[in-house]
Amino acid sequence: MADHGTNHGTHHRTHGQINRLSGGQIDRNKPLSFTFDGKTFQGYHGDTLASALLANGVRLMGRSFKYHRPRGPLTAGSEEPNAIVALRSGAYQEPNTRATTAELFDGLEATSQNRWPSLAFDAMAINDRFSNFLTAGFYYKTFMWPAAFWEKIYEPIIRKAAGLGALTGSADPDVYDKGFRHCDLLVVGAGPSGLMAARTAAEAGFEVIIADEDFRFGGRLNSEHEFIGDQAGADWAASQVAHLGTFSNVRVMSRTTVIGTFDHGIYGAVERVTDHLRTSAEGQPRQILWRIYAKHTVLCAGATERPIAFNNNDRPGVMLAGAMRSYANRWGVSAARDAVIFTSNDDGHRTAADLHRQGVAIAAVVDTRADAPSAHEYAVIAGTTVTDTRGRLGLNAVQVTDATGHSRWLKAGSLGVSGGWNPNVHLTSHQGARPVWNDALNAFVPSPSLPPHMSVAGAAAGMLSTHGALHSGVDAACKALEIDPRTLPALPKADDRPVTQSAFWCVQGSERAWLDQQNDVTVKDVKLSHQEGFRAVEHLKRYTTLGMATDQGKTSNMGGLAVMAELTGQPIADVGTTMFRPPYTPTAIGVLAGRSRGKDFHPVRLTPSHYWAKERGAVFVEVGNWLRAQWFPIEGETHWRQSVDREVLATRSSVGVCDCTTLGKIDVQGTDAAVFLNKVYCNGFAKLAVGRTRYGLMLREDGIAMDDGTAARLAEDHFVVTTTTANAGKVYQHMEFVRQCLCPDLDVQLISTTESWAQYAIAGPNARALLQKVVDAEFDISNDAFPFMACGAITVCGGLRARLFRISFSGELAFELAVPARYGDAMMRRLMDEGEEFNVTPYGTEALGVMRIEKGHAAGNELNGTTTAQNLGLGRMVSKAKDSIGSKLSERVGLNTEDGLRLVGLRPLNPKDKITAGGHVMSAEGPVNAAHDQGYVTSAAYSPTLGNMIGLAFIKSGSERIGDRMRLVSPLTKTSVEVEVVSPHFVDPEGERQRA
Amino acid sequence: MHDLTPITAFGLAEPTVFVTQSCQLAERPRIALASVAARLGVDEACRAVITDLLRADAPDPAAWLASDIYSAFWMGPDQWMFSADFPDVEDIVARLKTSFGETASITEQTDGWVSFDLTGEVEAVLELVCSVDMRTRSAGYASRVSIHHTGCFLLIEASDRVRVYAPRASAGSVFHGISQAMTSAAAR
Repeated sequence: MADHGTNHGTHHRTHGQINRLSGGQIDRNKPLSFTFDGKTFQGYHGDTLASALLANGVRLMGRSFKYHRPRGPLTAGSEEPNAIVALRSGAYQEPNTRATTAELFDGLEATSQNRWPSLAFDAMAINDRFSNFLTAGFYYKTFMWPAAFWEKIYEPIIRKAAGLGALTGSADPDVYDKGFRHCDLLVVGAGPSGLMAARTAAEAGFEVIIADEDFRFGGRLNSEHEFIGDQAGADWAASQVAHLGTFSNVRVMSRTTVIGTFDHGIYGAVERVTDHLRTSAEGQPRQILWRIYAKHTVLCAGATERPIAFNNNDRPGVMLAGAMRSYANRWGVSAARDAVIFTSNDDGHRTAADLHRQGVAIAAVVDTRADAPSAHEYAVIAGTTVTDTRGRLGLNAVQVTDATGHSRWLKAGSLGVSGGWNPNVHLTSHQGARPVWNDALNAFVPSPSLPPHMSVAGAAAGMLSTHGALHSGVDAACKALEIDPRTLPALPKADDRPVTQSAFWCVQGSERAWLDQQNDVTVKDVKLSHQEGFRAVEHLKRYTTLGMATDQGKTSNMGGLAVMAELTGQPIADVGTTMFRPPYTPTAIGVLAGRSRGKDFHPVRLTPSHYWAKERGAVFVEVGNWLRAQWFPIEGETHWRQSVDREVLATRSSVGVCDCTTLGKIDVQGTDAAVFLNKVYCNGFAKLAVGRTRYGLMLREDGIAMDDGTAARLAEDHFVVTTTTANAGKVYQHMEFVRQCLCPDLDVQLISTTESWAQYAIAGPNARALLQKVVDAEFDISNDAFPFMACGAITVCGGLRARLFRISFSGELAFELAVPARYGDAMMRRLMDEGEEFNVTPYGTEALGVMRIEKGHAAGNELNGTTTAQNLGLGRMVSKAKDSIGSKLSERVGLNTEDGLRLVGLRPLNPKDKITAGGHVMSAEGPVNAAHDQGYVTSAAYSPTLGNMIGLAFIKSGSERIGDRMRLVSPLTKTSVEVEVVSPHFVDPEGERQRA
Repeated sequence: MHDLTPITAFGLAEPTVFVTQSCQLAERPRIALASVAARLGVDEACRAVITDLLRADAPDPAAWLASDIYSAFWMGPDQWMFSADFPDVEDIVARLKTSFGETASITEQTDGWVSFDLTGEVEAVLELVCSVDMRTRSAGYASRVSIHHTGCFLLIEASDRVRVYAPRASAGSVFHGISQAMTSAAAR
């Protein structure tokens, strides 16, 4: 079991839950102990961290981003801007989590952040005193000069002063998974509309996924004192969840946030598997990122209450009225024992009634409307606004001002604010659609141009009554899945009171009135933005940072737009909205990575001799996904060059063996196989005899060299093509394209056999002698019977089927022996055993590279996507007698200039000098600059055969400059070496060895 | 008879097995494989041979089926992968060439792939490694899938049994990816 950095804690002084009310959907039989900033508190199972802290009389939970003002929770959900804390400890600590959604568990350890030295006394709160200087655009205007100070001085100071939590600096010890799920209907949100949509689809037999970010389904029903039929709303929701649980075609995903809408009906969803647990089982993922493939989706994401801006509206204790109702009804908690409600609509009155019912004293309901409904139990002050608040670390008084300008102070520890509700349209906008303004609701609602196969129901669609939510959920499911609604039972009765919302966003005369509480953006900042010309909504956002915090402005955007609309004299609809983008809520980077981290970042491919090579102590190198032996150090060797030099010399003097399985192998069969190869290679293959192999060069359509390799003709209708390791996939894809699209009339079949065969290069003057010890006697591999470029099917070691190719990359007498991959390990061990008398030496990719440079063979460095057959010195291979891919375009004038690049060899005049790959070649005299560039070095190596470094280079008119002295320069490293241009074939230029 | 000893893709003599409370992942090293691709213009004749061998029509896209000797799945247009659980896996190409004659190109694939049988509560595992929907797919379904970034074939044999063919060189990575998912699924 992994313990996630929680407090095992000895019990310290337990604070009483002084603000715990009766009722709620918490389990009072399951008390839980937790700590906040080191103090121990108690809550109950079913609490969030925020509800438990409020129950314990803790309203102060954080400090604001810029001014370090004291903050408490504004909301009771994922839209929370203020109550941002760090959870757990050690490497498991996670900063910037919302206390309002953190599910309480026994031993939870939470700490406040962005404060020093303590939450109650934060030295950086001095920023608040200088707020006149720290307005929007402050950084841009102030830290202009001197420019050099920005990176080293200003930015570090600003980062330290402003911000949220800090990372631990340790690697995340949790594991994360990614997965795939499919459904006919995805229901996003499990409030009344979501539950009905899911139930409708489930009962019709469709595959349904219903996901909700909360750990308890029901949405607002859990927060309201209302009935559906004869059941309390929360009980009705629980019964629906239980009902859905009886269907095998329904997957109920709680603690799962659908974070994004993507192409083709794919949705991203993060499931929090262990965040609510103290410990997790070994291997259990903390979170899973699901990719949900949905044929249809119903978005039932509900609505977010909007605040009203007034001076000092950000003190701990000032909350959204709906959130206060949630705390009271769902968690049995109040922020204080007395409250004022400030509302512009009827919904605020529901909060007052529910709090009053729970025993919270309502000092007054302050309603902006002159015709506000009255109440018997408490005072309702109509046509009035809240204009200011008091309280150093938490609210203790509210200033109320009537229409005549008369003000008075009301004593209260909590203030519920309700400016109406905004539909949660975010997921409808992830593919570009902008929400549209609805005059009746005074809110943005989803665009008619929804993502394909998405519909919206409930409050997210602007249906703000429970009755409307239930009906729209059913309707959406029926329409999406073509279910006949007449076959469905009648819906239970639910609250159907008409919902009206007025447009009241900001109390007149407010300045230090917070719009975006997370990023500390006030009404004054928006006014400044307007004054300085940043009036377009996207400019407003970036200039003030409104809506750019981790809450994406869920509670702030509308207020900002409204203030700007008023300043510009436009309707809000014309001001528009900024674009919503995934993820809907903050998402851990770890879950985006899933298991693809560290050594699991990509898969590896092992060669057939891998385990043998590992035993030999080989040093491996990644080549694509392959792990190849780079060299095989032996006792006494302390530097890689010692090993590589030894391997090269041993191979050239006796025999070496190298695993070349990684080269691509493509099986080409069919009566037109030769015709086909004649098409894809620029040189001729039609007349290649059975039992022979030929070097081939493939060109791209544009005439540039693509890849090289060999094609061995095993039968009239059967070839094996080899490719370079790096291009194996690309060449196979290219050949399939040619086969299927360009030559569909040819009888040719392709398939990769790269991994089927273990293939070993056996090179050196004793290669034949070694092979003769393993090749079965009936196969004659003498030079006469099996000459250079021969190939054939043979058997080895007493009957194992094998293929033998007499080809050479090293320039030595060489063969490539292929056996079924499962015998690769045994074959390599046998070659080593049988080769002892020849001092057989395994060699790795480094020695392979050295020998191919010594021989002047092109490889990936030379086939670099810019070079032609002419450049490579292979111009004559491009046959004029046939049409092949790329041959015509290789004749372009620009690719065939007289001074074109040609592959040459370079050797330093001073044998001790270094040849540097990537260096450029200049004339022996004259300026060193790009205008006088003569070419560049592609490959370089120390040649143990020659005793000095050598290089391959492309040089203008290179083949005519053999013997010239030039300069190899690297201005970056300030090196300049005198070199001689030589033939690229440093070793055995006549090819006598490989034909021996 | 040659005297070389084969090893599994994991470098071992015996097949590798991984077990959790709810699933088992077992390597099956003795499955013979060969690809069969119809020659141009004789695809009907090729299909007739397949029908004869499998006693059913050639598998359609996204399908596999089996007879008493062979099973086969669709790999591409006019292309199938045949498998057989022979005592000697070396026989498969020769046998198929005899059956198909000039109607198809046969290519040895036994050592190109490693076969894994995943049994038990496979849905909870597969949903973490690939995009196959086990709730709507049933026995007889075959698909190219990507597991741990590696192209594999997946065949559903029953709701609690699937076979995965993974490239031999990547066997360790694919096995690792599936076994991690098994651990994760068992712990959830």
